[in-house]
Amino acid sequence: MSLSTSKPPAPRLATPKTAAIAARNAADVQLRGSWSLTFARLRRDPASIGSITVILLIVAFALGAPLVAAWTGHGPTEQFRDTGLSPSGIPVGPSAEFLLGADQLGRDVLVRLAYGAQVSLLVGVVASIAASVIGVVVGVVAGFFGGPVDTVLSRITDLVMSVPFLLCAIALVAVLGPSLPLSIAVIVFFSWTGLARVIRGQVMALRHREFVEAARSLGASRTSIMFRDILPNLVVPIIVYTTLMIPSAIVFEATLSFLGLGIVPPTPSWGNMLADAANGSLYLIAWWMVVVPGGALLALTLAFNLLGDGLRDALDPAASKGGKGA
Amino acid sequence: MALLEVSNLVVDIPTEDGTVHAVQDVSFTVHEGEFFGIVGESGSGKSVMVQSIMGLVAGARTSGTVDFRGRNLLALGDEAMRSVRGREIGMIFQDPLSSLHPQYTVGWQIVEQIRAHEKISQQAAKARAIELLERVRIPDAAARFDAYPHQFSGGMRQRVMIAMALSLGPALIIADEPTTALDSTVQAQILDLLDEMRREFGATVVMISHDLGVLARVADRVMVMYAGRRMELGESANVLCSPAHPYTAGLLRSSAFNREPGTPLVPIAGRPPSLLAPPSGCAFAARCPDAMSICSERPPLRRYDDGTEVVCWLEGEPGEPPAPELPPAVEARSDDPAADASIVRVESLRLAFPQRRGPARVVLDDITLEVRRGETLGLVGESGCGKTTLARAIAGLVAPTAGTVTFDGHELSTLGRREWRSLRRRVQVVFQDPFGSLNPRRRVGSIIGDPFRIHGLASGQGRRAEVQELMELVGLNPEHYNRFPSQFSGGQRQRIGIARAIALKPELVILDEPVSALDVSIQAQVLNLLDELQRTLGLTYLFISHDLSVVRHVCDRIAVMEGGRIIELDDADRLYRDPQQPFTKRLLAAAAPEIPRTPARRRLVRTARPREAGPAPVLLPERAIEGARR
Amino acid sequence: MTRFILARVGFGLLVLFLLSVFVFVLFYVSPSDPARIIAGDKATEELMAQIRVKLGLDQPIYVQYLNFVGNLLRGDIGFSYRSGLPVSDLLYARVPVTMSLVFGAVVLWLAIGIPIGIASAKHPGSLRDRFGQGFAIVGISFPTFVLGMMALFLLYFLPTKAGVTLFPPGGYVPFAEDPLGWAWHLILPWTTLALVVAAVYARLTRGQMLEVLGQDYIRTARAKGLTERRITYTHAFRSAMPPLVTQLGIDIGLMLGGVIVIEQVFGLLGVGSLAVTSVAMQDRPVVIAIVLLGGVFVVVANLVVDLLYAVLDSRVRTAAR
Ligand SMILES: Nc1ncnc2c1ncn2[C@@H]1O[C@H](COP(=O)(O)OP(=O)(O)O)[C@@H](O)[C@H]1O
Ligand code: SF4
Ligand SMILES: [Mg+2]
Repeated sequence: MSLSTSKPPAPRLATPKTAAIAARNAADVQLRGSWSLTFARLRRDPASIGSITVILLIVAFALGAPLVAAWTGHGPTEQFRDTGLSPSGIPVGPSAEFLLGADQLGRDVLVRLAYGAQVSLLVGVVASIAASVIGVVVGVVAGFFGGPVDTVLSRITDLVMSVPFLLCAIALVAVLGPSLPLSIAVIVFFSWTGLARVIRGQVMALRHREFVEAARSLGASRTSIMFRDILPNLVVPIIVYTTLMIPSAIVFEATLSFLGLGIVPPTPSWGNMLADAANGSLYLIAWWMVVVPGGALLALTLAFNLLGDGLRDALDPAASKGGKGA
Repeated sequence: MALLEVSNLVVDIPTEDGTVHAVQDVSFTVHEGEFFGIVGESGSGKSVMVQSIMGLVAGARTSGTVDFRGRNLLALGDEAMRSVRGREIGMIFQDPLSSLHPQYTVGWQIVEQIRAHEKISQQAAKARAIELLERVRIPDAAARFDAYPHQFSGGMRQRVMIAMALSLGPALIIADEPTTALDSTVQAQILDLLDEMRREFGATVVMISHDLGVLARVADRVMVMYAGRRMELGESANVLCSPAHPYTAGLLRSSAFNREPGTPLVPIAGRPPSLLAPPSGCAFAARCPDAMSICSERPPLRRYDDGTEVVCWLEGEPGEPPAPELPPAVEARSDDPAADASIVRVESLRLAFPQRRGPARVVLDDITLEVRRGETLGLVGESGCGKTTLARAIAGLVAPTAGTVTFDGHELSTLGRREWRSLRRRVQVVFQDPFGSLNPRRRVGSIIGDPFRIHGLASGQGRRAEVQELMELVGLNPEHYNRFPSQFSGGQRQRIGIARAIALKPELVILDEPVSALDVSIQAQVLNLLDELQRTLGLTYLFISHDLSVVRHVCDRIAVMEGGRIIELDDADRLYRDPQQPFTKRLLAAAAPEIPRTPARRRLVRTARPREAGPAPVLLPERAIEGARR
Repeated sequence: MTRFILARVGFGLLVLFLLSVFVFVLFYVSPSDPARIIAGDKATEELMAQIRVKLGLDQPIYVQYLNFVGNLLRGDIGFSYRSGLPVSDLLYARVPVTMSLVFGAVVLWLAIGIPIGIASAKHPGSLRDRFGQGFAIVGISFPTFVLGMMALFLLYFLPTKAGVTLFPPGGYVPFAEDPLGWAWHLILPWTTLALVVAAVYARLTRGQMLEVLGQDYIRTARAKGLTERRITYTHAFRSAMPPLVTQLGIDIGLMLGGVIVIEQVFGLLGVGSLAVTSVAMQDRPVVIAIVLLGGVFVVVANLVVDLLYAVLDSRVRTAAR
């Protein structure tokens, strides 16, 4: 928003504004580092523990995909038209041979799920990290240098944000041909802007804090101020935001694959497994084709979202309680 | 006649970290028509107390009774309480900007209050609101009716708040630090207005303040609170002129306005206890110079024949602890023995900030100033008059638009990078906000060690030793080297800022409102520390403050600023005795006068032991407040 | 104010310009040959050359681009390579479907999300709040198409198999023909879309309301003796609105692209599904038109938000005077 409103001047007396802060001021000081406090808080939050467990299980499942394939004896793209399909060509449901059923080509859904998990995690993590690197760099540079640099970078950010991204993404993929790297590139391109804005705002605010002025008056160089004074204060938003970006990247990839513009079949991904299910409304009779990958997708995104929330609460308790931070 | 009678009020607020025992067993009576003051340091539970009387503290558990015109407010139902709020009891808060809704006009907000309680037409309500605005002397009230809060100045906003609180002619007005956020000259006007309105409307006022000087001026009776408890209560002349409680006496001894310049302040050692686990005996025992072994038990209430009530074991008058001894002053340091007496010369300095639209905003206008080696030069003026900008220009942190700043013979604008960096070792700044000036994500050791790191002077064990020595010097525990700033109190943080500033043995230290955010007793500690450091290290200070009494107490010479100009500069004494400019006169008139100390002539009439094993106080159900402040 | 609006409009035009260049260049480097698409697989070289000349495809790209812009300014968006129909006709048939979808979904998601957010913020930590937050996090995590497929399976397929028809399987009935049928056909897609987006609004509203409810002026409102209702809506929600409006503008702007998946799942023939088929068939004029239309949507929505923002914020409003 380019219309900024000026903040009212702070009252002169530092009377605590919110209860949480007030109570912390009143509480006796604790001799503990912030990381150990963070972990203590995370450990006390059942939602965070649950989501970390789910994520670790899914990671193990993805890494163990070849083992799953060997154990079932079904390759991820191998078709079992005799055992996996009924005589009339309908896929068979969960059974002793196909634990989670078979798909329309008689492939094992369980095995494909495991390989698909690799894709989802890979895209989710790689794209989020790449996007957050870009976002942080753009945000920090814009916020720290200000002036024309800021104007240019902010306009570019606004521009990317004003692009109807799904439309452009499908146009791009359709022309250049779908592939895993292209999917990641598209996701990164449209995902960095949010973080860039957040970071820019934070840096602008931090730049005017007194401790930066203090560092400057001590003779600290710009680099020193950037890395020692400003960056440490950005760690929390970066960690939280990156974590929360992972589920949206995963859904973005699944959406592209669902539209046939992501991972190229027959390589399994959760998105194109769901596309197979939707194709000809097959899932209405073979429910496992949507419940299995859909459920996995939901579990993974939910876990990351919960973890992101938990991290935010643990890293910055004051902010999440509506306080302003001391 | 008693209008408000509070008995054995207890307020507990459950939080994540435990229960905050914000108010513990407080009783007092407010008589009809009087001006009742409540004083105490921040965090002593004053605000929580009055807000819980009004049922405004979410999640609070209260017990005791609050009798107002024959009803117990704590037991009132939501609907009944709502009709008391605003109509029978009006409230005024500390920060008038954040206390008014930013998206509605002030007129709208007053009319809303009137129409919430009275069935009258919009026109009639508007007419009444305009009349109220006129009564609180808002110029051109009819036109200002449609203005938004941000279009008013701080003092005018507080007038609007007062008009709103008065709009239904309430019997009681509770004002919570109504002048704390305002400039001192405006403060005086608002206090006078409040007093005038009280007489005109026949209302009773309960006013909270952390400032003894303010209450001494207006209050008929005062109550002193500490750590959620009542310490002393009585006629304000009795309480303030001859305090019977060691805490009240300590507060008065540490207030700059109340001590002759030159006599050191006598701070109260230590800091207030945590309200999560308050001591079971006297809450003040850890800091009390008169403490006895019996003080670990709950003190009794002693009533004197002049009406003063004191909660304390002491029977006689509180003792007078000796003033702290100050080390002898050393000569101001100078690298160059031939250097002249002035360390900084500012000549015809002008500074204007370009604005996006319109002409540039002139912040400093033709300033000429000299800081002499070894002195403390005070810079006073109201908020926004350019004090901090001048300090930054002298420190070389902003470039002037015109004019020169010369430090020890070197003109700042001509310095190269290297020289500028080495200048940084000779001029240091201590900032106002002890919360904002320390990086929350870095440890204290690394914050104080920063100057050594930046100038490559010491590292590893050597730096650590230097830092710990500094911590010792400013009165911090060197073992707290690895803590984060959030683990320290405001006063301790300001010590951290001071340690960082003196680390490289600078010649000039610019102190930008170094004690404004601190409580009186802590202020005195920090002011004494600064004095001591100046004497032992031979520092020169430029001391900025809006508080004339503090400046007068510590400064040799005082410069008065108004609207970006220095309008008067003179020796502290002379300026105080014989101000030349009208603005200076107004500043002086607004400053709190010294409270005369009179010997106590009172007799103990009764001692009441605390209700130790009496029946448990009745706990009332938590009043449900939807989604309020947490 | 005028200057501000002009700047925003200028920026919008820049966005549209860059978008059109992007799509143009994209198709220029594309390996597929429009002439082949138009003429079919068995066409001769000469026929294809003729087509190229007729469409101006033999010219340098900037000439093609200038022609395109010139035509656009005259209101001519060109013809589909595939069907040969004017692109405007194609869009004309599809836009109402998408608009209906977006309109209903917006109304629904505001009606669901905001009350949940307010209720959560009023009693933070309560059971109600936990439900609200649970709803929000599940909704945010749900991929739209999975929710849509689940809705179809549970609310259409299972009842139909059991002999009760609760909802139609998909399709669209114009509002003008049969308003009830219109709503009946759209109710599942509306709900699907609305639930997912409402989750975002519930969170945003909760966060904003919590922040506002902690402000000093809310305490003042209470001290004035106002009713809880009035405090919540007239005082607190009023201040919580601007960020919600901003978000709404962004969401509505992006909806033209956002409904692609919903249209696919529910078999609605809207702009989104047209985009998917045109992209698959490399139908350049149609794709360009849709992307630009999407851009116009975003730009207009942003402009409206900026203006609304100025109306909603007294500080901006008085500064502009
Ligand atoms: N809403 C709240 N929840 C929890 N603790 C609070 C709340 N408000 C104030 N406190 C705590 O209660 C104590 C008294 O605070 P307060 O009444 O604001 O003091 P004062 O007004 O005297 O400065 C402080 O320790 C403060 O931290
Ligand atoms: S009770 Fe004891 S410790 Fe407390 S104030 Fe009185 S003398 Fe001091
Ligand atoms: Mg207070």
